[in-house]
Amino acid sequence: MTDMASLMEDRAAAKVISDNLRKPVDWDSPKIARNIKKRYAAERRFKIYGLAAIFLALTALFVLAGSIGSKGYSAFYQTYVQLEVTFDKSVIDPDGTGDPEVIGRANYDGLIKSALRERFPDVTARRDKRNLYGIVSGGASYDLRERVLENPSLIGQTRSVWLISGDDFDMLNKGYIDPAVPEGDRRLNDQEVGWYNELVADGAVDKQFHARFFTNGDSREPELAGIWGAAVGSFYTLIVTLALSFPIGVLAAIYLEEFAPKNRFTQIVEVNINNLAAVPSIVFGLLGLEVYLNVMHLPRSAPVVGGLTLALMTLPTIIIASRAAIKAVPPSIRQAALGLGASPVQTVTHHVLPLAMPGILTGTIIGMAQALGETAPLLMIGMVAFIVDVPGSALDPATVLPVQIYLWADSPERAFVEKTSAAIMVLLAFLVLMNGLAVYLRKKFERKW
Amino acid sequence: MAAVSQSAMTAEPSVEKPKMTARNLDLFYSDNQALFEVNLDIAEKQVTALIGPSGCGKSTFLRCMNRMNDTIDGVTIKGDVTLDGRDIYDKRIDVVQLRARIGMVFQKPNPFPKTIYDNVAYGPRIHGLVNSRDELDEIVMTSLERAGLLKEVKDRLQSPATGLSGGQQQRLCIARAVAVSPEVILMDEPCSALDPIATAKVEELIDELRSNYTIVIVTHSMQQAARVSQRTAFFHLGKLVEVGETDQIFTNPKDERTKGYITGRFG
Ligand SMILES: Nc1ncnc2c1ncn2[C@@H]1O[C@H](COP(=O)(O)OP(=O)(O)OP(=O)(O)O)[C@@H](O)[C@H]1O
Ligand SMILES: [Mg+2]
Repeated sequence: MTDMASLMEDRAAAKVISDNLRKPVDWDSPKIARNIKKRYAAERRFKIYGLAAIFLALTALFVLAGSIGSKGYSAFYQTYVQLEVTFDKSVIDPDGTGDPEVIGRANYDGLIKSALRERFPDVTARRDKRNLYGIVSGGASYDLRERVLENPSLIGQTRSVWLISGDDFDMLNKGYIDPAVPEGDRRLNDQEVGWYNELVADGAVDKQFHARFFTNGDSREPELAGIWGAAVGSFYTLIVTLALSFPIGVLAAIYLEEFAPKNRFTQIVEVNINNLAAVPSIVFGLLGLEVYLNVMHLPRSAPVVGGLTLALMTLPTIIIASRAAIKAVPPSIRQAALGLGASPVQTVTHHVLPLAMPGILTGTIIGMAQALGETAPLLMIGMVAFIVDVPGSALDPATVLPVQIYLWADSPERAFVEKTSAAIMVLLAFLVLMNGLAVYLRKKFERKW
Repeated sequence: MAAVSQSAMTAEPSVEKPKMTARNLDLFYSDNQALFEVNLDIAEKQVTALIGPSGCGKSTFLRCMNRMNDTIDGVTIKGDVTLDGRDIYDKRIDVVQLRARIGMVFQKPNPFPKTIYDNVAYGPRIHGLVNSRDELDEIVMTSLERAGLLKEVKDRLQSPATGLSGGQQQRLCIARAVAVSPEVILMDEPCSALDPIATAKVEELIDELRSNYTIVIVTHSMQQAARVSQRTAFFHLGKLVEVGETDQIFTNPKDERTKGYITGRFG
């Protein structure tokens, strides 16, 4: 009967409140008008702040892209010089064997040098000659060799050939060396500038698309240095990182969200995962050095080790993002599945995971993008190194894109400045590609159901 | 306390051939007791309505009957719940199979974000109830038919279930539950999100389903309880206050609280 009484009491209380509410409100009073005005002003202010923020962000992006683009675009072109090269039989294949091995071993450098001497016959001093040879890149001899190996009938003929130029010459042609500056302050002396002008007058200087930049590994010669080695290194490293951190991260997130009992232990695990996400990346590098190199004796400088190390770094990111995505799946879906007699694992794999996938993928790609731009941990495991060969597998020594950028930015040659910017452009292109992939996957999974 | 002994006296839990029984059921959410010594029988092939003020433990009790409370952290349960005389909290009982035998329809329609067809087909698929595509089609069609939805959706079985109206979604959820041929269907306020027309359809459906299934329904609508159920149980503050034939509960309640609740709502 006490319950009955309380029911009645509740009803009485509700009546008092509703009586109070019945007092009429004057919607035209100045107080209300002021209130409305204030609200409008606040909304206008908010809009202005928002627009200003977007404007700032866009300007920053624009300036960044503009400065990198304007500095870097010239790296995609390379100066070539046209010379009359005599494919002297006595140099290439004196015995007329036609054996590719003999042809391959010939002194093509000598051919180029004699072509240069012929082009500028009045250069005689030793020092001047050395400068003269600098017009053409040291890499040009490989081109000639390829050419002759492909077409041995060239032997004995004289042909005009476009040869890749040296870096200083290239810089002059691209306008980065100003001939108006006093002779002592520039990399090329008056004589060299004179040769350049002569060649230009003959139409023997040209800029061509610089495919080498996209196919070569690193080199000491700027005109021969390419991004491909670092790109492949980055690719292998990221594959290893993804292959490790994605499954482990997603499984950990599923376990923590869906199966783990909520007790002190899981709480500690949770807190520590969040802490790990905040650990400076170089610490992971030290861990990688100690565990993978010193204990497990994996090859130094190899993408496997880089990938393993970066996986440690991306794991917390992926776990946190995946947990958030899993948590966002409405509980009603789980209840529906469990209520039908689906096992917990079926519930997760059939319903929760597909719905969480877009979020998980977004987190993963953010983690991958972080890993792609990371240099500090790689420093510790020897991936900051000058490596000429394009890696053939994840076990070969390699470097990665951001490290390549760092190495080039650190090089003294003027020609590496544009390479640096160009490498940044390639790195950014990779990032845009990855983000595009993220958007695509998200759309796909969202539509799938 | 007086209330406890009173409830024990007025409650009349037994029926002749119960499909499910609850005996001395206590339930705790961590330290809060939500159910106190509930004794209730669910008669076979009848509709049993659970009524009572908000927060009195109706949903909690319903979840005990297919062990959905297992999924909530910190729940402890004392007492027995049986299905066909077997304790469903026995260690040897397979929860997954149990939930296939005792289907559940929730307060808010919760179709999977898949096609209409896949929603209904999901249960039979995971339990391996069918051997061929044709058989599955057959089950899907009959389930939709039973849920009174077939006519409305037969041309768009492959379109997303979330595109259906609220009432249609709820009937789809019923079809989904029916598709695994459960013996008991538990419904937690299945009409609370529906308009009167959709509600009428679902009620009609419940009445038809009664011939094949044992149904327990939680409802806040006295009229609904009166319309669809044969037996009604009134819960208050975690206790089963009174249970009996629906007619008797509504026309001649024995307990003061039952009377107060019912008349309060009507008047
Ligand atoms: N998951 C939970 N954790 C803790 N306490 C809960 C939980 N679910 C319900 N309770 C508590 O148990 C009591 C009974 O809740 P229950 O949901 O069973 O009520 P109900 O009768 O279904 O109410 P309604 O008619 O509003 O749905 C309430 O006091 C509620 O606060
Ligand atoms: Mg409820």
